[in-house]
Amino acid sequence: MDWLSTLTAGGLVQQFIVGLSRSTILFIVSSGLSLVLGVLRIPNVAHGSLYMLGAFLCFSIASLFDNSSMGFWIGLALAPFCVAFVSLVAERTLFSRLYDREHLMLLLFTFALMLLCRDAVKIIWGSEYRSLAPPVALQGSFSVFGMLLPKYNLFLLGLGPFVAVGLWFLTQKTKIGKIARAAAVDRDMVGAVGINVSWVFAFVFVIGCFLAGLGGALVAPTQNINQGMDHTLIMEAFLIVIIGGLGNVWGALLGALIFGLTDSMGILVWPQFSIVFPYAVVVIVLIFRPTGLLKSTW
Amino acid sequence: MLLVENIHTYYGLSHILFGVSLQVSKREIVCLLGRNGAGKSTTMKSVIGLTPPKNGEIKFKQTSIVGMKPYQIARMGIGFVPDDRRVFFDLTVDENLEISEMHTQRPNSWDRKRVYDFFKPLGHIRDRKAGLLSGGEQQMLTIGRALITNPELLLLDEPTEGLAPIIVGMLEEHILQLKKEGLTILLAEQNQKAALRLSDRGYILDNGVIKYSGTIDELRENEEVMRKYLLV
Repeated sequence: MDWLSTLTAGGLVQQFIVGLSRSTILFIVSSGLSLVLGVLRIPNVAHGSLYMLGAFLCFSIASLFDNSSMGFWIGLALAPFCVAFVSLVAERTLFSRLYDREHLMLLLFTFALMLLCRDAVKIIWGSEYRSLAPPVALQGSFSVFGMLLPKYNLFLLGLGPFVAVGLWFLTQKTKIGKIARAAAVDRDMVGAVGINVSWVFAFVFVIGCFLAGLGGALVAPTQNINQGMDHTLIMEAFLIVIIGGLGNVWGALLGALIFGLTDSMGILVWPQFSIVFPYAVVVIVLIFRPTGLLKSTW
Repeated sequence: MLLVENIHTYYGLSHILFGVSLQVSKREIVCLLGRNGAGKSTTMKSVIGLTPPKNGEIKFKQTSIVGMKPYQIARMGIGFVPDDRRVFFDLTVDENLEISEMHTQRPNSWDRKRVYDFFKPLGHIRDRKAGLLSGGEQQMLTIGRALITNPELLLLDEPTEGLAPIIVGMLEEHILQLKKEGLTILLAEQNQKAALRLSDRGYILDNGVIKYSGTIDELRENEEVMRKYLLV
């Protein structure tokens, strides 16, 4: 057990923070996926593409401002809205015509959309890797009791609860959130009380895609921005949504925590094997709770 | 107020309604009687637009509503109470009413307060999740949910199905009260006793075809028809 000897409390806490901040990104993206899956019943494979688009847009907007700190903040603020706008156009022109189709059809359709998005990104941004520096204020680390805690990760960590509370408020307290919850279970009946479900769906879809864009913009300074980032993420996001319970936003939170933490802690335990840990946990969860940890809306 | 002319409705490939025609005038309660599977619910769903008819015409207040979306039909003033109730399980009683509320300029319009006054028991459980309600409570909620859209015509699909006799009696009183207040009602029922007590006129539906129509008194006297189409 040589890994135990290299394990220190400081290292543990550090990995824990890194894992939690990874969980935050995963939560933001997969809660959007879960929302769309739960209310619109669309397994949106192109959700990862919107995440990638968010990252590239954040990069491009920041570079318009010479990669200054201000540029990053403007990019972070604008990129999710640009992604939301793209998704609104896609919803009104394409998705809104397909709500009644079977899931397999929707899966193929969104898969095609994912391939199109990847090529569009290649045409616009080229195929080389891009990177974006975090703003000066969030560079470097805090040193606490000899532990180095990266500032940007702490920033992500602080943002997570705001997104969670915002989503809670939106789905539980606003009228449109309540309509969306009703439509998730019985969209015909929502129409029969005089509500135009189509616009509710558009709204939910745009919110879900906004979250994908936000996740992408937030992740931009922490990794290479490249064309492969859509499919690694969409795999993870779907697994998170599945272990959490389809369509359940809190399930997405739980799933993201499990996924992010097993990933980061696994590196400490068995680095060569660490990539397997989150997937092993998914398998274990599904053996015992085949429909996910929390109640699914399906 | 409502005119259904010769409609043919399908579920997928199966033909359910074969040229159903009926008519409901203002302030009437008209019942649609028939066995399970006769096409009562399909007739209701054809009117509200959930299973639009392939052929035929449906007019509400002299306007054709065939081809309109359910939400548009509901906004024109038709309230729908489905036979399987379909309350929004995940929402509280109050939220069910809140999202369905449609404001009108008419005096004495329905809002949440009036629904709670009308169905007293609902007022005590307004924060309970609709999925946790009893059958009777769910039925009150679905009717309340339809009323709060301020309809002129109410489609009531088997409101007494599966409920205890005491609750059926209570619902009947409420339905008569609604009629007194000027609401027009199309009522589908298997429970003939309840239907005959409430209605002014009736239609008998069998295998997707209207077999008989007449006033309630005529129906009552026509035992042969009743036995043929309604007895199990």
